[in-house]
Amino acid sequence: MSAGQDTHPLPPAPGEEQAEVAGALARLAKDAEAVYVAPNWKLVWWRFKRHRLALVSGVVLIFIAIIALFPEFFSTQDPNQSSTTGSFIPVQRLHLFDNGRFSPFVYGVEGGRNPKTLRMEWTIDETKKIPVRFFAEGYEYKLLGLIPANRHLIGLADPQFGGRIHLLGTDRLGRDQWSRLMYGTRVSLSIGLVAVFLSIFLGILLGGISGYFGGMVDLVIQRLIEILQSLPPIPIWMALTAALPRDWSVERVYFAITIILSLIGWTTLGREVRGRFLALREEDFVVAANLIGCSQARVIFRHMVPTFTSHIIAASTLAIPVMIINETFLSFLGLGLRPPAISWGVLLQEAQNLQSIVLAPWLLLPGLAVIITVLALNILGDGLRDAADPYS
Amino acid sequence: MLQYIIKRLLLLPFLLFIFSIIAFILIQAPPGDFVTSYIAELASSGSAVDQAQIDALRAQYGLDQPMYIQYFKWMGRILTGDLGMSLDWKKPIRELISERLLLTVMLGLFTFIFTWIVAIPIGILSATRQYSFFDYFFTVFNYVGVATPTFMTALVLMWLAFKYFGVSVTGLFSPEYVDAPWSWGRVVDLLKHIWLPAVILGMDGTARLARVMRANLLDELKKPYMEMARAKGMSEWRLVLKYPVRLAINPLVSTIGWYLPMIFSGSVIVATVMNLPTIGPMLLRSLITQDMFLAGSIILIYMALAVIGTLISDILLAWLDPRIRMEES
Amino acid sequence: MNQLPLLSVKNLKTYFDLDEGTVKAVDGVSFDVLPGQVVGIVGESGCGKSVTIKSVLRIVEKPGRIVEGEILFRHQPDDASEEQLIDLAKLKANGKTMRSIRGGEIALIPQEPMAAFSPVYTVGNQIMEAIMLHLPVSKQEARQRTIELLREVGVPMPERRVDAYSWELSGGLRQRAMIAMAISCNPRLLIADEPTTAIDVTTQAQILNLLRDLQQQHNTSIIFITHDLGVIAQIADYVVVMYLGRVMETGPVDDIFHNPQHPYTRALLKSIPSIRSQSRTLLPTIEGSIPHPFNRPPGCPFHPRCVDFMPGVCNVQTPVLQPVNERQAASCFLHHSIAEETLTAV
Ligand SMILES: Nc1ncnc2c1ncn2[C@@H]1O[C@H](COP(=O)(O)OP(=O)(O)OP(=O)(O)O)[C@@H](O)[C@H]1O
Ligand code: SF4
Ligand SMILES: [Mg+2]
Repeated sequence: MSAGQDTHPLPPAPGEEQAEVAGALARLAKDAEAVYVAPNWKLVWWRFKRHRLALVSGVVLIFIAIIALFPEFFSTQDPNQSSTTGSFIPVQRLHLFDNGRFSPFVYGVEGGRNPKTLRMEWTIDETKKIPVRFFAEGYEYKLLGLIPANRHLIGLADPQFGGRIHLLGTDRLGRDQWSRLMYGTRVSLSIGLVAVFLSIFLGILLGGISGYFGGMVDLVIQRLIEILQSLPPIPIWMALTAALPRDWSVERVYFAITIILSLIGWTTLGREVRGRFLALREEDFVVAANLIGCSQARVIFRHMVPTFTSHIIAASTLAIPVMIINETFLSFLGLGLRPPAISWGVLLQEAQNLQSIVLAPWLLLPGLAVIITVLALNILGDGLRDAADPYS
Repeated sequence: MLQYIIKRLLLLPFLLFIFSIIAFILIQAPPGDFVTSYIAELASSGSAVDQAQIDALRAQYGLDQPMYIQYFKWMGRILTGDLGMSLDWKKPIRELISERLLLTVMLGLFTFIFTWIVAIPIGILSATRQYSFFDYFFTVFNYVGVATPTFMTALVLMWLAFKYFGVSVTGLFSPEYVDAPWSWGRVVDLLKHIWLPAVILGMDGTARLARVMRANLLDELKKPYMEMARAKGMSEWRLVLKYPVRLAINPLVSTIGWYLPMIFSGSVIVATVMNLPTIGPMLLRSLITQDMFLAGSIILIYMALAVIGTLISDILLAWLDPRIRMEES
Repeated sequence: MNQLPLLSVKNLKTYFDLDEGTVKAVDGVSFDVLPGQVVGIVGESGCGKSVTIKSVLRIVEKPGRIVEGEILFRHQPDDASEEQLIDLAKLKANGKTMRSIRGGEIALIPQEPMAAFSPVYTVGNQIMEAIMLHLPVSKQEARQRTIELLREVGVPMPERRVDAYSWELSGGLRQRAMIAMAISCNPRLLIADEPTTAIDVTTQAQILNLLRDLQQQHNTSIIFITHDLGVIAQIADYVVVMYLGRVMETGPVDDIFHNPQHPYTRALLKSIPSIRSQSRTLLPTIEGSIPHPFNRPPGCPFHPRCVDFMPGVCNVQTPVLQPVNERQAASCFLHHSIAEETLTAV
């Protein structure tokens, strides 16, 4: 439909009275718009600011997002570089002060393969200090895939001096877990985001259609949502991801998984959107806007969408952690992303059985990243939701 | 009320029909079929297979027929109670999963009961003491409970149990009972083992339910009839237990609709990590080996469990709410 | 009438501490209720009527608290010993004594009868519960008594209605059931918080008659809250006029209507619709609007809207309630000289 003036539902100026009514209605619509749309953002921000914990979570998430943007900078070595002689090295804690003086270092590790058990056994050697420095030079990478660089947040102070630095230890193949965690952050976080964007798209499209048109369309979409929501999600996801061909590239699997996750994920958002639409349809200013002959598209985008974006943002924020957890356990089970891709779930796959955890408990640490991120997103989402709608 | 239940029950076969189609599509989705992966397996072990043999295998399992015929054949067999053979285990599926199914349902019910017993008091206390230390403590607990993937809880607890007690808390039975026939001793042994996975599996749900309970109760506590009941001279505890808790139970009951399915669905992961003899780990294996009829049967079972969960919640809700109960009776 | 009051509220102050500041919902209210008397409390919405009576019943919700004042009540202990004069403000809100008074000796007919019954229990169940809390009766007797009470308040077919849910009853019936619950334990003081605002005029008149009859039969005292002076004229013996948490004027109903002393009372009276006035003429409303509770004006709370406002006096000092003649009292500088109370400099 064109957003034109020619679709005016009122007969063209038959009398003064009509013009007056239309004028009054136009004013009403304007006023309504002013009240409902403009100060809404301010009100939301106002209420949100009062929610301290949500603000803190927001800051934490900004840090995590920065890591996700520049994992190369934060890592200490190439995440896929393995070392047959360096597997299961324990955590080397970063010490910032040496005898009260700022001089960051880690203790060295001593050990190797035990000839009897054939296991790698390491001890932290407190006599050997390996100096490290911030913004050290290290392996070459391209920042954001564009700008060549070789600086890293933490690195060996003197590469000639030798020594290893594994802030979170190494895994079975001797890969540095800290660096892998940094890279995994990018993948896990972005999978959550992309999946939620797809869900929002589907949710707004179908939920909006359902709520705006009502009737038969609504009925069909509602039944679809009901059927999808009564499916057991985990087995379905497992079956779908298991069906992805083994020879697909990392990128293809990545996108397939976001699509699979959002296939069921959109229903919650769809319901939310539909509910808001139904409520809004009855609001005075939409009725007024319809009466003075705004085109339908205009009504939807100019009036309806802005008023519920804050709710959608809140609902989406709450949907991201769900996606992240889902990706994590799919990859954990070996059905999601596959090596060489790195995500938190892929990292946790290394900790899948009791033997590996007993041998190398630090393999569980990526789980902490999951918990912190999901926690922060949930608190932030709740804060946003309360701010958007203090009465629900 | 009766009419309502009948209406819901009539919907059931329809839903299951749709679900069976979805399940069938899911197991057909992987490229190739069991025979392809079987051949790949044979080939990798060095033995060659000729085309005639392949075709024979396909015909044997009915894999050469059009999709819809395969579907109706499958459905037809299932309706007569025959779930077919597992291609991977070379055994009737029914035999393979009947005990596992029983244990799955038991684990689910235990988890459910645990969750309610813990979540309801937490919710009530948090709401009646809003902003107290107790309330804050459980708000934090609830957030962490929701944020921790179940497999993390399972892994950490398994690790701690091994590290400090030297026990490996996997499985649902002690070794001597794993393959034993059912006996009183086996039941006791099961009860000794099942609580830990139930607690782990219920952590997330407990947190969610306690939040639902708290929020609903807070809503109810503000209602005018609470003030009226107070004005009658009721003591605070009797009042809370008689009025708002009774009403807040309704939304809680409606959570059964998503919570029971969530437990069953979520148990797949805990069961895999803790190596429990339920249908979850078997689903994982069957998906990986493309043991399609086994996978299909298990998915269908999960779907049925989900639908039954919703049904139970709907019926309970109708029974609890006099407004629905009285309708058309 | 030289009787001792049944209830005597003295300088009651109930505040709500919110993040944004303190709401002084009730700020120094005093009035007496004599045995068998109907006291009408009148005032615009938000002036603190409900908070006053919630304070009397000690059911003010958090964060509200009584900060000052006395609520003296002639309590009749269960063991039929002598009446004691006790200060309800000093009792534990959920203590045993307070709970036996609440619902037993002082009963409430709430503002919203629609929502005051829980929807998941029958009306009978909730009335029986009130009876069994205060009287030593069996469940069977309580049920019997409930049916009689319902009959007494004019609910048709009480044997059936006792098992009805509140949402199955009409507004009028629900209100009657509420009254039945309130009188179920023979209270000595009945507090009715705008019991008739939500129902139509005919039913409203019936309910008022019912309350009047009950009051005369049992010689109950009633505190009747409303913002409708017409209702006050029908039912009250004595009137308390409130504004912004303070009492503006008190006096017998005839004097208040025919010889109002306070500018606010006069303004209120002007705004009552009269049967004789032409239906189309606009009602005179009180100029200005009620100030926001956070920034109540200094001095006389009514001064921004008062036609007799005296600059330099009314906005600087706060008048207190003082006798104007033998029967009436008012808090206004038109009637008493200044400087009774300390300066309320802001
Ligand atoms: N729980 C509360 N929290 C904060 N302020 C409150 C609360 N309850 C009442 N108030 C404030 O106390 C003041 C008096 O309220 P109250 O309910 O007593 O008015 P009212 O005279 O009964 O009005 P109405 O005729 O509308 O019932 C109002 O300004 C209100 O904002
Ligand atoms: S004290 Fe002054 S402002 Fe207040 S009512 Fe009397 S005349 Fe009016
Ligand atoms: Mg009130």
